[in-house]
Amino acid sequence: MAMKELYARLKALYPLGELTDQRRDLAFVTLPAAHLRDTILHLRDKEGFTHLVLLTAVDWLEEGQFQLTYLLNNRQRACDLGLRVMISRDAATMEGIHDIWPTAATYQRELREMFGIDFPGSPRIEEEFILEGWNDIPPYRRDFDTLKYAQEAYAERPGRVTHDPETHMRLQMYPGQHPAGK
Amino acid sequence: MMTKPELMKRMVKGPDGLEFEVDPLRDYYCEAPPTVMPGAYIQIVEDFFNWARSQSLWILGFGTGCGAIEMRPLMTPRFDAYRFGVAWRPTPRQANLFIISGYLSTKTLKRAIRAYEQMQNPKYVIGLGSCTINGGMYWDSYNTIKKLDEYLPVDLYIAGCMPRPEALLAGFEEMKKIIRAGKAEGANQYAENFAWYKANQKRVIHDWDMPDYNW
Ligand code: SF4
Repeated sequence: MAMKELYARLKALYPLGELTDQRRDLAFVTLPAAHLRDTILHLRDKEGFTHLVLLTAVDWLEEGQFQLTYLLNNRQRACDLGLRVMISRDAATMEGIHDIWPTAATYQRELREMFGIDFPGSPRIEEEFILEGWNDIPPYRRDFDTLKYAQEAYAERPGRVTHDPETHMRLQMYPGQHPAGK
Repeated sequence: MMTKPELMKRMVKGPDGLEFEVDPLRDYYCEAPPTVMPGAYIQIVEDFFNWARSQSLWILGFGTGCGAIEMRPLMTPRFDAYRFGVAWRPTPRQANLFIISGYLSTKTLKRAIRAYEQMQNPKYVIGLGSCTINGGMYWDSYNTIKKLDEYLPVDLYIAGCMPRPEALLAGFEEMKKIIRAGKAEGANQYAENFAWYKANQKRVIHDWDMPDYNW
């Protein structure tokens, strides 16, 4: 209920997309990248969303886009609002919000390393974050083949087998029964 | 490739005002690769040494993966590994048993190699958990090694994900047997095949910014 009212108030000011009402205390809304800063400042200063919970990305490979999710928290009313921004996947760049919340700089460094999304001007954005000496495309991009990379980069011990958990457990618990039998 | 400023050759001004040159790689590290440590002059003495070594296991308290959690109950009254003559030490210089407790990311591997090389001979390595054996559940990870003995000489593996403290206690006893039998020759293996180990290590650690031997 409260989320709908908030959405109505915001909608009057900014060109917002649909509201996804996840739970009583959690909702998501999509908006154009150009309006992100204004919306965030408005939410922080006027609506009590004073805390940045997280900033993360989703790789929509087929659509050629990255989705950035800025999850904001209103402590007073104990509710979260997620702002979703879609940006182009090639030469992915986004304006940083580290001046609004300094903690965002850490998320931005992570996104740059793991997804290859640049945030020009963000503190220490050029530095390695978790990886050391990474020499491939950013590993969280969906076109990065994790298994292939692991097979090529790291020595394996032969003889490793993978069991289908369901079949394996049935054989363990009911030995003698045909594995396919229900 | 040396990029770290603290490893660069530079001029330093001493407290007495004298300027002198410091080349950290030459001045702070030993350039000579490790050497094989020969056994005692007569077998019975070596056997005695090995018996003594088996009674003196000092573990480096360095937890690399989730398996490290199982070492905590061993240090406390519930499982109390100290009654088996096993104790944990805070620095590599004071330890002779390195337990690689689970998965190793390449980043941690680098630190593990440094720590291992700083330990004094004779020294032993135990691989704890599936991850050290064949990658465990991190077998398809972009950032973890899957076969510990490619990079460090392993004397003993303890299987499980994660192995219970009892398994570790059994492992310690097994380790003592291996040492008493004179088969815990990991440090010598490492010295003998130093080039092979280094090549393997450098294949996965792309930003090698440390000396080749960290003694
Ligand atoms: S073997 Fe299991 S418990 Fe041990 S480090 Fe790997 S995932 Fe963790």
